[in-house]
Amino acid sequence: MIYAYFLIAIAVVIGAQRLPDLRAKRVLFLLLGAALLCAPIFDRNDATFNVLADAGIFVLLALGLNIVVGFAGLLDLGYAAFFAIGAYTYAMMASPQFNLHLPFWLLLFLAAAFAALFGIILGAPTLRLRGDYLAIVTLGFGEIVPQIFQNLTKYTGGPNGIGALDFPSFFGRSFGQGTIPYYYVVLALIALAVFFAYNLRDSRLGRAWMAIREDELAARHMGINTTAVKLAAFALGASFSGLAGVVFAAKLSLVSPDLFQFQVSVLIVSMLVLGGMGNIPGVVVGALVLVLVNNVVLPQANTIAATAGLHVDFGNYHFFIYGAILVAIMLFKPEGLLPSRQRKEELHHAAT
Amino acid sequence: MHEFLAQLINGISLGGIYALIALGYTMVYGIIGLINFAHGDVYTLGSFFALTILTALGVSGELHGVALVVDVAIALIGAALLCGIAGVLIERLAYRRLRNAPRLAPLITAIGVSFILENVMQIWKGPSPVPFPAVVPNPSVMIAGVAVGAQQMLVVGLAVVMMVALQLFIHNTRLGRAMRATAQDRDAAQLMGININKTIMLTFLIGSALAGVAGFVSGVYYQSTWFFNGFGAGLKAFTAAVLGGIGNIGGAMLGGFLIGIIESFATWKFGGQWSNVTVFAILILVLVFRPSGLLGEAVFDRA
Repeated sequence: MIYAYFLIAIAVVIGAQRLPDLRAKRVLFLLLGAALLCAPIFDRNDATFNVLADAGIFVLLALGLNIVVGFAGLLDLGYAAFFAIGAYTYAMMASPQFNLHLPFWLLLFLAAAFAALFGIILGAPTLRLRGDYLAIVTLGFGEIVPQIFQNLTKYTGGPNGIGALDFPSFFGRSFGQGTIPYYYVVLALIALAVFFAYNLRDSRLGRAWMAIREDELAARHMGINTTAVKLAAFALGASFSGLAGVVFAAKLSLVSPDLFQFQVSVLIVSMLVLGGMGNIPGVVVGALVLVLVNNVVLPQANTIAATAGLHVDFGNYHFFIYGAILVAIMLFKPEGLLPSRQRKEELHHAAT
Repeated sequence: MHEFLAQLINGISLGGIYALIALGYTMVYGIIGLINFAHGDVYTLGSFFALTILTALGVSGELHGVALVVDVAIALIGAALLCGIAGVLIERLAYRRLRNAPRLAPLITAIGVSFILENVMQIWKGPSPVPFPAVVPNPSVMIAGVAVGAQQMLVVGLAVVMMVALQLFIHNTRLGRAMRATAQDRDAAQLMGININKTIMLTFLIGSALAGVAGFVSGVYYQSTWFFNGFGAGLKAFTAAVLGGIGNIGGAMLGGFLIGIIESFATWKFGGQWSNVTVFAILILVLVFRPSGLLGEAVFDRA
């Protein structure tokens, strides 16, 4: 059953990408949205919506990282750090930790702002570095942030993290233990994020990002303030991650430093690479496919192997899957599986 | 003072391992401008190969006399050779096709290779750290009131010998000259009749073999190895290469020892949980304020 959700969503997004008519595309997306909205009425299986909410969180992360990596061409290998900042914002301000119990909805905004602020703090001194050095600096940042959360035991609970986070409430009604409210929050955030991402892409700022991605020197000479524009990419990308972090923390009711390791950053990069960096439907599909594999296919493969009497833990193959995706796509289809037409042309006809 | 010296010596030994790894980063970066992210995992691979060879030789504890020399030599050379081959294969299969691709593509590929290697090693020896036999006896000598172990001397000695040999090779042989020429200008070197593919292969062979040596040495020194060691060690060795000035052999060595010493003091003064934060903060600071490193020349943007 869970497969049906994923496959339909993936098929609709791919189909919409193929349709030439803008109005038909919108209708298709609205239909998908309506179907997803109504789904919990017919299907009361909490586990399904748990997986779907997780998938949605990763879609949000992929959309955010896509702004930085896909639009502006800045490889960020420490994106999980902003996710951590968002999650810890909620954990520290809506839990018994400091006896602060700020509302979830306020913290969504606060966390997005915090994450954006840290994006600027990291970006301001480092964005003049060339691409691969920038990647390594972000990686260093991504290693430092969870380590600091782990070390400041007095404030963050150390390696155990912070638990018993508040349940969010909506007009006085608590979310409680169920997963369906989170599913709705995630759906709403994705709708917003997609809307923002498309508008950003087509804005003056978005065109500036793409100009920088293609040729920074030329972009600068066309009068683009490259530092400011790159900072905007970092800050906006980080803010998506902050939002995702709040939902993630609230849903899990727990944060701990090991949830935000380098593997998470690479997982999100893999989603982008798989789907097609820079293309919004592409990264959504990339995120859905990888969550489907990680959270559904591999656990099921384990069960099947166990009933067949085999002792294989497919959970051990996550690294291999991400690695193989990165290598294979870069070697054989660098534009990803679902690229924008423009990107495809660039990669196959441009002299590099 | 005593503690200070002891930490300094610890740091220098640790630095010897980082220096050996950093040489591989700096050589590959110098010649094809790639941050070979998988290099740290080749280092772990080295310790795994050495462990396998020692197990095959039936070694499980301290060795003495002729057996010590012979078995250590076999494990060391074997690990270096196998790592060299692994490095060449990685270059051939994953990086060569992307030599003229936009420059983030090979970096992303290198991260992929790193993940694949880590997963393969995790399946090979399991997810937990594995013990490594303490093959080299560890009698210590008192220097200025501080005990210096034979293993520490082995680490530093091997690192220095390797660096001197590498310098001599690069500056005094035809192949070394070909490497320098390729690093300076690949197209011009090719026009001068240098076989670029062979030269780049040689660079990967030597760099990865040095990582293999580092892997063996770290096994002897820590008496344990772990499939995930290469991630942290690789990042620190890369920091060392950047600190020394990437592309610069002497710089990698200097950076390696400095990072080892810094990490050792950070662990002493702030506790082990801050050592990584300190090293990565240095990485960020160096890249921001002096991207050419201590000994490097200005880095040109080779877009």
